[in-house]
Amino acid sequence: MERIPILKMGEYLLVTIQVDMHDRLALALQDDLTQKIVSARAKGVLIDISALDVVDSFIGRTLADIASMSRVLDAETVVVGMRPAVAITLVELGLSLEGVRTALNVERGMDLLRARIEARRLA
Amino acid sequence: MLSFVDERPVRSSEDVVTIRQAVRQRAVDLGFSLVDQTKLVTAASELARNLVQHAGGGVVKVQTIAEGPRRGLRLVFEDKGPGIPDLQLAMRDGYSTDGGLGLGLSGARRLSNEFAIDSTPGQGTRVTIARWK
Repeated sequence: MERIPILKMGEYLLVTIQVDMHDRLALALQDDLTQKIVSARAKGVLIDISALDVVDSFIGRTLADIASMSRVLDAETVVVGMRPAVAITLVELGLSLEGVRTALNVERGMDLLRARIEARRLA
Repeated sequence: MLSFVDERPVRSSEDVVTIRQAVRQRAVDLGFSLVDQTKLVTAASELARNLVQHAGGGVVKVQTIAEGPRRGLRLVFEDKGPGIPDLQLAMRDGYSTDGGLGLGLSGARRLSNEFAIDSTPGQGTRVTIARWK
C-alpha cells in the first residue's frame, strides 16, 4: 500500500499530505507517525494540509487523534495550511478540531513548534 | 441536455475518494463556487463512507438538476444494507454505531440545501441531497 512520507529534520517530523487520502491511508499515517515520534525521539510534528481540498469527519478525526497521541508521546503537533473553504466546511460539518494547534503556513507553524518546545524545556 | 445521471458503485475507501473527485468535477463544470464545491464534496464523502461502513457498499447517482435558471447537483446514495431502525436518533449529532464521530448524516444535512432520507430495516437506505449553485 502507498504511504505518506515522513521527513525528519532535527527533532521535528514533517509531513506534507499531497494526495486525496482514503481512510486506510489516513490510519497508516497515524500508525507511522506515532512509531516515528518514538524512534526519532521527535519533539515536534508539523503536518501541512495545504494541498487538501477536502477534510471530512474521518480525516479531521485522524488529525485530532494524531495530535492527542503525539502529546501523550511528549511531542507537539501543529497542522498548517488549511484552505479557507475547508475551514468553513469543517465548522459547518460540526468539527472544530479542538485540541489541534493550527498555523497559517509552514513558517508560522515551525515558529509555533519551536516556541512550544522551548517553553517546555524552561518549565 | 442538462440532466443526466451518472451512477457509480462504492465498495471501498478508495471508491469514496473516486466519488469525491467525480462530484468535484461535476460541481466545477456547473460553476459552483469553491466553498459550495467543498461543502458538496464533503457531504458526498460522509455519505459515501456510510455506504461502505454500514452496508458493505452501494451506489451513488450524480445528477445535474435545473429549476428555471437555477442549476444544481443532486446526489443519491443507495444501499441494500441493514437499514436504520431509528432515523431520528441516527440524525442526531454525535450518534454513531461504529465508533465514528456521528457527524456523517447530520453534517451532510447541514452542508446541503436539500436532504431526504428513506430507510427500511432489512432492505436498505437511500439518502438524497441537493445543492443549488
